[in-house]
Amino acid sequence: MSFDLKNEQEKLLHHIRLMDFVIVEMNEYLDTHPDDAEAVDYLKHYVRMKNQVMREYASKYSPLSLATADASSCKEWSWATTPMPWEGGCN
Amino acid sequence: MWNYEKRLQFPVNIKSPNAMLAQAIISQYGGPDGEMGASMRYLSQRYAAPYREVASVLTDIGTEELAHLEMVATIVHQLTKDLSMEEIEKSGFANYYVDHTVGVWPQAAGGVPFNACEFQSKGDIITDLMEDMAAEQKARTTYDNILRLVRDEPDVCEPIKFLRAREIVHFQRFGEANREDCSKSKHTKYNH
Repeated sequence: MSFDLKNEQEKLLHHIRLMDFVIVEMNEYLDTHPDDAEAVDYLKHYVRMKNQVMREYASKYSPLSLATADASSCKEWSWATTPMPWEGGCN
Repeated sequence: MWNYEKRLQFPVNIKSPNAMLAQAIISQYGGPDGEMGASMRYLSQRYAAPYREVASVLTDIGTEELAHLEMVATIVHQLTKDLSMEEIEKSGFANYYVDHTVGVWPQAAGGVPFNACEFQSKGDIITDLMEDMAAEQKARTTYDNILRLVRDEPDVCEPIKFLRAREIVHFQRFGEANREDCSKSKHTKYNH
């Protein structure tokens, strides 16, 4: 399917979603294949990339996780005031 | 211990309300093969899993199901939040509306409330994994049935297709957990 990505924020969120999908999928695969070293490297690569983009998102917009709240420059506690995922739009 | 990420696993942006579809899809929130039962089933079963790989599969899939639960709730919420009183009366949604307004509450499509009897935690890993494989297939069938009902609504179809695909992957992982190489793992929780 094609995703309607209107702006920079949605593009960044889309990247986070893609990277996290790889992480979820590889993590579940590794649960039953813990000796697959190639898969471990692949997972680590995506974890590093996702962590980086999560921090970029937090610094530009608002944190998506408490683990990246320190990257936010916002004075207000935007974790509490930005839209919830079920509101539609950028989710 | 759990952490929340303030985003959906797969985007949900539904533009037009539809009470009839909401009433069908709510079954994957609180119905017999829904995401609530799935998550609670796996997260409850893991304490009796004798092998760490199997406990890990149950933990990680049980966690992903919570993300699916949030997606299904979002679909139901977006399908019902802007309903007119006329639409509520015409679509057969009045029975739900009288008890819950348009709040999201776990029930099956037929109105049966969520119940822990919809899943088992038997304390026997072979029994539990067999149930889990069947549960993933039952959820996949339910999503197939939902897809036939929502075929003309692309906004609803796409997230449902994503959720259906995850059932197939989870079936595969539980099958692997049930295999001999995993169930004779050296990573046991107990020193026998």
